[in-house]
Amino acid sequence: MLVARKFAADRPALLGLAVVLAVVLVAMFAPLIAPYPQDVSVSHLLLRLKPPSWAHPFGTDYLGRDIFSRVILGARGALLIAVMVVGLAMLTGVPLGLIGGYYRGVAAEAIMRVTDVFLAVPQLILALALAQLMTPSLTSAMLALTLTYWPFFTRIVYAETRRLKSSLFIDALRCIGASGPRILFLHILPNCVSSIIVRATIGMGFAILVAAVLGFLGMGATPPDPDWGLAISESRQYLPDAWWFSTFPGLAIFLTVLGFNLLGDGLRDIVDPRLRRSR
Amino acid sequence: MLRFVLRRVLLAIPSLFGLLVLTFFLIRVVPADPAAALAGENATPSQIAEIRRQYGLDRPLYVQFAVYCAQVARFDFGESAYSHRPVALDISQRLPATLELTVTALVLAIVLGIPLGTVAAVHHNRWPDILLRVLSVGGVAIAAFWFAIELQMIFAMGLDWLPLRGRLSTDLAAPSTVTGFYLIDSLLAGRFDLFVDAARHLVLPAVTLSLGGLATIARFTRAGVLETLQKDFVSYERAQGVPARALIWKFVLKNSVVASITQIGLLFGGLIAGAVVVETIFDWPGIGFYTVQAILTADYKVMLAVTLLIGVIYTAVNILVDLVHGLIDPRLREQL
Repeated sequence: MLVARKFAADRPALLGLAVVLAVVLVAMFAPLIAPYPQDVSVSHLLLRLKPPSWAHPFGTDYLGRDIFSRVILGARGALLIAVMVVGLAMLTGVPLGLIGGYYRGVAAEAIMRVTDVFLAVPQLILALALAQLMTPSLTSAMLALTLTYWPFFTRIVYAETRRLKSSLFIDALRCIGASGPRILFLHILPNCVSSIIVRATIGMGFAILVAAVLGFLGMGATPPDPDWGLAISESRQYLPDAWWFSTFPGLAIFLTVLGFNLLGDGLRDIVDPRLRRSR
Repeated sequence: MLRFVLRRVLLAIPSLFGLLVLTFFLIRVVPADPAAALAGENATPSQIAEIRRQYGLDRPLYVQFAVYCAQVARFDFGESAYSHRPVALDISQRLPATLELTVTALVLAIVLGIPLGTVAAVHHNRWPDILLRVLSVGGVAIAAFWFAIELQMIFAMGLDWLPLRGRLSTDLAAPSTVTGFYLIDSLLAGRFDLFVDAARHLVLPAVTLSLGGLATIARFTRAGVLETLQKDFVSYERAQGVPARALIWKFVLKNSVVASITQIGLLFGGLIAGAVVVETIFDWPGIGFYTVQAILTADYKVMLAVTLLIGVIYTAVNILVDLVHGLIDPRLREQL
């Protein structure tokens, strides 16, 4: 209850939560909310590049499709990528961190060295190279992002495991004969959950941002997907006259990532009071 | 101190070796058939076999890896399939452009970020602080490529205040190379018109690139100053009648920037990665632009060389940051 009260007092975090919830709701009910859900694939060349109006609040794109509808429908793809990437990265990174932190030996050492190497290469470039090597598609983009993000989970879980390993309750568990996997998954893992949640929230923002870059460079979503990054890349030929074409999808990316970052920051303040942002 | 330096440098060797292994695997193992990828879509099986032999792809992996290491040691990355010139030459000609851009962005981030963070901390929980908080979270959440395009749209296309792309206007010749930085070379050549033109071209890309760093530096400075303000010596100086302005900008700030130095080091690696996007949008002739071209045309030699280069820069900067820390705080030397 204390946690909830603390969180409720943090206005920026509440704002973040509200934005995230709004984006999730929009993504879930996208075909119902969007005024022209058929504009995913249908083009209306007579209506191309119309400025914002009552009928098309965000204007229309180069094929006459309603940008408002496409921004709403794009939330689905963005969230789907983010959830998949963070989920897969967690499934890979967390067990590796537990093993690397708990056991001594060549395997554990190797895990951590590989993690360090992955962290030494800038994530964006690694993701670009991987996405291209696996022939560009949405699936490759997701896999590439996962491969760049898992080390963050490994690092965090590793640090927590190392810290907990020497604590008294683990010694006690060992004395009564608990097995290694049992201690790791039933006793150490629950103690890492809060840091994992914080990292995952920030990771959602990261995944959406980098997925947009991939889409923008033509290595993610393919036309006619209503992808935010792809839309901005398509808009470049029609600037500056069709300013609405690039502006609204970009604002959608910004708001969504902002929401996840604010929420992540707020959660971190609760989980780790040492890093308290606003004393 | 010498032992500390040596140990820190030695510690970097395993990660550099790991980088070699990683890049090797990326290029040779991840693609299903690298020879087929190199030969192109319409290659016949015999052409593919020829390429496989030519590149040594038919030999065992460990032999390929040894050959690869030897090549890297000689800076021999082969010829780019895109520009048909040696990759090492291409990179050496493009690196100064990227460095000029990233260093300018970093300076911008530091020069604006530290005062912003300090002002926010001094006005803790009042409007400058709240404003900074919004800006610093927002600065990290903005997609750089989108921000760049919006800037282009407003300041280059709409208002026509600044050039849209490139490093110099097309009717001007680059100054003779001394440092490779146009801003410095043009001044050395006494060409003030070139300097102004280069500076005007630098504004939009540098501003875009500095955004994330600015947010981070401001945030860490704010946290550092807030912490220092709690210290006893501050109350003491205040009691001694040191004017508030001098107290903050001379004593408090000096004690607060240590944490920011780590961030600045980490940022530099991030800036080089960010240059990939920014250079693509502003047609900036640096290694970021080159990397994207290489990735889009599946020019694997360039991808390899650039990934290695950036990894090495990243590692080197991290060593440098640790050394600076060791200089400032001798206790840290013992921990290594």
